[in-house]
Amino acid sequence: MAKHETPLLDQLETGPWPSFVTDIKREAESRAKNERNIEYQIPQDCCDDLLGVLELSFKHGRTHWKHGGIVGVFGYGGGVIGRYCDQPEMFPGVAHFHTMRVSQPAGKFYTTKYLEEICDLWERRGSGLTNMHGSTGDIIFLGTTTPQLEEVFWELGHNLNQDLGGSGSNLRTPSDCIGQARCEWSCFDTQDICHDLTNEYQDELHRPAFPYKFKFKFDGCPNCCVASIARADLAFVGTWRDDIKIDQEAVQGYVNGEFPPNGGSHAGRDWGPFDIQKEVIDLCPTGCMRYEDGKLEINTPECYRCMHCINVMPRALRIGDDRGCSIFAGAKAPILDGAQMGSLIVPFIKVEAPYDEIKETVIEPIWDWWMEEGKNRERLGELMKRQGFQKLLEVTGFKPDPRMVQEPRTNPYIFWKEDEVPGGFDRDINEFRKYHQR
Amino acid sequence: MDQAEATEKIVTALKKKKGKTKFYFNDLAKILGEKPRVAKKLINKMIEDEVLEYWSSGSTSLYGLKGTGKQAEAEHEE
Ligand code: SF4
Ligand code: SF4
Repeated sequence: MAKHETPLLDQLETGPWPSFVTDIKREAESRAKNERNIEYQIPQDCCDDLLGVLELSFKHGRTHWKHGGIVGVFGYGGGVIGRYCDQPEMFPGVAHFHTMRVSQPAGKFYTTKYLEEICDLWERRGSGLTNMHGSTGDIIFLGTTTPQLEEVFWELGHNLNQDLGGSGSNLRTPSDCIGQARCEWSCFDTQDICHDLTNEYQDELHRPAFPYKFKFKFDGCPNCCVASIARADLAFVGTWRDDIKIDQEAVQGYVNGEFPPNGGSHAGRDWGPFDIQKEVIDLCPTGCMRYEDGKLEINTPECYRCMHCINVMPRALRIGDDRGCSIFAGAKAPILDGAQMGSLIVPFIKVEAPYDEIKETVIEPIWDWWMEEGKNRERLGELMKRQGFQKLLEVTGFKPDPRMVQEPRTNPYIFWKEDEVPGGFDRDINEFRKYHQR
Repeated sequence: MDQAEATEKIVTALKKKKGKTKFYFNDLAKILGEKPRVAKKLINKMIEDEVLEYWSSGSTSLYGLKGTGKQAEAEHEE
């Protein structure tokens, strides 16, 4: 029997999709039964009270959580988000119900043993509810009391070899796609650089001194499985400089229907026989492909490596061998005030351990600029808008490049400065008049 | 600037601010008159020494003198 009546929440379970309400109810039930005899360290009925307070919020049309708080583990300014209920008498089980952010393993690779261990820990010392994963990528532990924070942190660090992630005005937990571990399109080892930068920038991750949040994301290729270009202040997107490798025999295989296109996806419907002209050549955004007399050609300088043709014919087309990444700055995906895509700042850079060039010529100069010039709660992308892309080029020392311009006459932010022009802006009028009439 | 002087500066300045208990990192760096990286070292030590404490909304972090941060302020209630 449920502790609180929740008619409004129950309605959320009637739709066609799985519902978080069902999940919370299931956990509430399992805690009530406690078949595994867990020694719960926070109220056993916290999930019931969570449902109760949520129902009340729906009824009132307002939240019953207070805003933020002073909680954390010693020495860390991130990883814990204080959540206090403003109706603690009615819902004592969630009087404090803090969120903990736990750094996810690179590429989100888990062993089942590890998953079980973190779930057991959270069952015992928290609500048992998790969010796998938050939009930054972290494992999110939802709901525990203040005294449990240090305990959870200790167990994570000592027994599970795991750290808290970033929150607040910190570097957020860096996140990456599955990369070379399983994906043949990965142009660099996303997991290695993600792990390396996480370790290198521990101070930035745990001790907030930035104007606002800052995210790194690593995608091995332009398919952008972790959406770096849309969400990360610095997005690293794998790319290559040489030719796409073409296996003409395999191209024929696709044309003859031997291999299903798109690796067999979109197979829920009969699309008719594969048409290379319609499905690949005509959809190439730069028009740089040609299929004639049974031969496929790509004009490499025009290809901008959008991945479309490779996605459709993975057996026939492979990424090039001269690999690295492009770096984009300033993306953000906030709920309020406009999402923004990343702007290209480094067209191509090799991604090789120990990544000194990336750290010293890209990351650190950008941080120095943003830390000094950024206003409170201003993301890098907003500072770039306010002070101009040219300023970003100046602080990093990268040269303006046509590839930074989306199309002619956009991005009118790259201007000549007087000292870059021979003779400056002053002109000799007599010299000028020799060539031009009044 | 040595640590003791920095701590003294911050404590005096924050105590003077009436009705305000939470400050951005930049506000503290300004009080110290130091560049962010230098200020960060000094401020981290003040956290370690429990002179300052963190406050977080989840998306933003603020700093306050230990023990003075009232939750009410976060809800804009003076
Ligand atoms: S982003 Fe590219 S390399 Fe990474 S997993 Fe996705 S398809 Fe593979
Ligand atoms: S990767 Fe994109 S741009 Fe390049 S050839 Fe293939 S479809 Fe065209």
